[in-house]
Amino acid sequence: MSNTNSLKMDKPVPASLLDSGSQGIIGRPLDRKEGPLKVTGQATYSAEYQIPNLAYGYLVGTKFGRGKVTNVDADSVRAIPGVIDVVTDFKTFLQNSQQGGETSAPTQGVQDVHYFGEIVAIVLAESYEAARDAGIRIKVEYEEAEGRFDFEAHKDETTKPPPNNIPAHFKQGDVEKAMADAATSVDVTYTTPSQNSSAMEPHASIAVWDEDGALTLYGSYQMPTSDKTQLAKSLGVKDKKVRIIAPYIGGGFGSKLGIAPESVAAAVAAKQLGRPVKAVMTRPQVFETTVRRSNTEQRVRFSVDGEGKLTGVGHETLTSNLPGEGFFEPTGIGTHFAYSGENRLINHDLVELDWLLSGSMRAPGEAVGMMATEAALDELCHKLGVDPIDFWKQNEPSEDPEEKIPFSTRQLVRCLEEGAESFGWSKRNATPGQVRDGEWMIGMGVAAAVRTNMLMESSAKVAIDANGRATVSSAMTDIGTGSYTILGQIAGELLGLPLDQVSVVLGDTDLPDAAGSGGSWGAGSSGSAVYLACEMLREKLAKAMGCDPETLTLKDGQAIADNRQVSLGSLVGDGIEAIGSIAPGKMEKDRKQSSYGAHFVEVGVNATTGEVRVRRMLGVFAAGRILNAKTARSQCLGGMTFGIGAALTEDLVHDPRNGKLVNHDLGEYHVPVNADVPQIEVHFLEERDQFANPIHAKGIGELGISGCGAAIGNAVFNATGIRVRDYPITVDKLLDQLPPV
Amino acid sequence: MHFTINGTAYTAEPDIRTSLLDLLREHLGLTGSKKGCDHGQCGACTVLVNGRRINSCLSLAVMHQDDEITTIEGLGTPEDLHPLQAAFVKHDGYQCGYCTPGQICSAVGMLDEVKKGWPSHVSETLGDVEFNDGEISERMSGNLCRCAAYPNIVDAIRDVAEAKA
Ligand code: FES
Ligand code: FES
Repeated sequence: MSNTNSLKMDKPVPASLLDSGSQGIIGRPLDRKEGPLKVTGQATYSAEYQIPNLAYGYLVGTKFGRGKVTNVDADSVRAIPGVIDVVTDFKTFLQNSQQGGETSAPTQGVQDVHYFGEIVAIVLAESYEAARDAGIRIKVEYEEAEGRFDFEAHKDETTKPPPNNIPAHFKQGDVEKAMADAATSVDVTYTTPSQNSSAMEPHASIAVWDEDGALTLYGSYQMPTSDKTQLAKSLGVKDKKVRIIAPYIGGGFGSKLGIAPESVAAAVAAKQLGRPVKAVMTRPQVFETTVRRSNTEQRVRFSVDGEGKLTGVGHETLTSNLPGEGFFEPTGIGTHFAYSGENRLINHDLVELDWLLSGSMRAPGEAVGMMATEAALDELCHKLGVDPIDFWKQNEPSEDPEEKIPFSTRQLVRCLEEGAESFGWSKRNATPGQVRDGEWMIGMGVAAAVRTNMLMESSAKVAIDANGRATVSSAMTDIGTGSYTILGQIAGELLGLPLDQVSVVLGDTDLPDAAGSGGSWGAGSSGSAVYLACEMLREKLAKAMGCDPETLTLKDGQAIADNRQVSLGSLVGDGIEAIGSIAPGKMEKDRKQSSYGAHFVEVGVNATTGEVRVRRMLGVFAAGRILNAKTARSQCLGGMTFGIGAALTEDLVHDPRNGKLVNHDLGEYHVPVNADVPQIEVHFLEERDQFANPIHAKGIGELGISGCGAAIGNAVFNATGIRVRDYPITVDKLLDQLPPV
Repeated sequence: MHFTINGTAYTAEPDIRTSLLDLLREHLGLTGSKKGCDHGQCGACTVLVNGRRINSCLSLAVMHQDDEITTIEGLGTPEDLHPLQAAFVKHDGYQCGYCTPGQICSAVGMLDEVKKGWPSHVSETLGDVEFNDGEISERMSGNLCRCAAYPNIVDAIRDVAEAKA
């Protein structure tokens, strides 16, 4: 009998075993399993492994934006005490990071330089101090070339990118005609700047080769299974010769989905030196050489008829990327199904620039797409004199407006209604600029949130040992998302074990292949794999008990059936194990699957300085089953705070002369700090999604950011009457329109 | 040179270029203190030197002859958590955990500053500082958390401060 329980989601799973478990831990707000290690500094991140004979690497980036390196002058630094060598490999080093989930090598080759800061060499030394000293002083000779560094100057030269998770162009009906025939319409253009994920842990890799030519990379990566393949292909070695270890990852938010230049530089250098090499990016290098979220320019059109019904939706976006890198920021991904309207045009075009790679950052697509669409919708409602919540009620689609398939679940209107009720939305004065609190102009804003749900192939092993303890193992990661805890809760619920009787081992490619963390698919995908493994274990336990699985009760380490109670340990002999494996199937096409939510924000805008403060914030979300109410809430807090940053402060500035990031550090690229964030409230609606996966849970890590920035902008408008269409909403964009002091 | 770190005497000959943070992480194997920026911009490297919180990346090791340094490893262990560490677990005052040692060391130092009556930017008066959520947020704003556990960090610190009071 095979030891693997596989499921392809070709059919709904109407009854989830998680609803009939007896342990009662699923969904509960339990503390994180690994919490005590994290709060005591005992959790080991990738740069922290104590490896004997380690050489320190310092990455050397270019100080020009386009051209050719003619010489890396190793001799210029060899005399510095402690310096071992300078390694470069113009063919193998990574020009760009890879996108998430790809199974090919990223773009390699660094002699031709395509963006400012590209990593062209690594200096190796006995100490970090010596490596840094040499890395800063090393002479890199080059010939500079003309480049395209200015979005504004090149935005008329667009190309149509290849399809991503959505096609670049989509058309249904005739938006132009809908606009011409409309009783009311808006046609507005919003812009968002480049952004950086700014995970607190910089990208770091330690590369260790063994005598058999196998590489172990301690690397801060979100998707080790595909990262391993990317790394193997980049180095020209077999997949099975590479192992990535990443049990703790200091945040990713998309920036660590695919391998980044430090991994290959460390591996090449370690091979050449014949000793382990550690390469940690400096904070500016993280900004300059990993990945950014593209800037966008988005034209949004909505048209309504005389009854206030949406008749047309247009969402046309320009994003930027390096030539040959097909990824485009899919701003329209939510637009496709969020809004009704028969006439639709959703296009994405690329402006090729010599700026660093653009790729995924938390909720690629919705995060900045909804900052435009939900703000434009607010403009439309203002023009119509209709409350946005009433507008949604009237225009809520009953099925996917393009694919004409049902939604698996859709509680958007309920999110809006419940949020309105608890936030006190009815107290909002719809006329802007009416409410004052001393020197502060007060306003409220609302926005919808949608985030496409995804399921990825993922596997996990679950074992029960002779002592009746369970161990879950998988190449899944926990990047702060709560994987350790929720996977333990799923196994504990299904096997009848308290959480402390379940060990969870993650972040190692020697364990069963997994989806990794990205796109909010982690919990649904890896959780389903654990579910399937446990389902098989329950069958084995039932067989050992001589009963039907349906009549078996598992609780507190005991198996109970037919008036008999036996401890798990005594039922499993030397131990049993099973592998669970989930894969997406027809349900992806049969049902539109998404998580939904609503954001409510109250801001104060200082009437004198234009400073915007978020005073209150509420998010109401529906995302299928909530697996752990505590960690799920934290995910939403995180997403919503990203929304504050996107709306008010985050703005990665490219020097139009050479593409250099003017603000390449945390002092100048402003992520929200504690004082920028109020005591945010988060509510979840009860929901199960039987079409999504057997655990009935959907993604939540990115829902909180989707739409959030628009709610803030809408609140600023309500406070002041000023509509800023160029995010972030900084004081300079408000000052000259504020009322006289 | 001599230092006392978490109550243990250390002797070291640090390179004059070595920051206190690199001394801890790279030379002494105390990797609980984190490096997020190496620029004094994130607070991940916060430790206590003679009871006061500092960004250890901005301080050279050679400046700390005979100093008493407390890092996250010195506050508690997984089996015996410091009250702030326990409160961070209870309130989920972290996600990825990378900023967390710095947050907790910073909170220890911050609560002591409040006890001494030091005002902050948001204090209404220079004396008799009233302790509230706004004070916590303001005083903890040198510690970035991109996971954005801020509301939970405030809850955790408030809990401990109230229990003490
Ligand atoms: S590492 Fe010291 S402040 Fe960021
Ligand atoms: S917990 Fe991840 S940065 Fe704070």
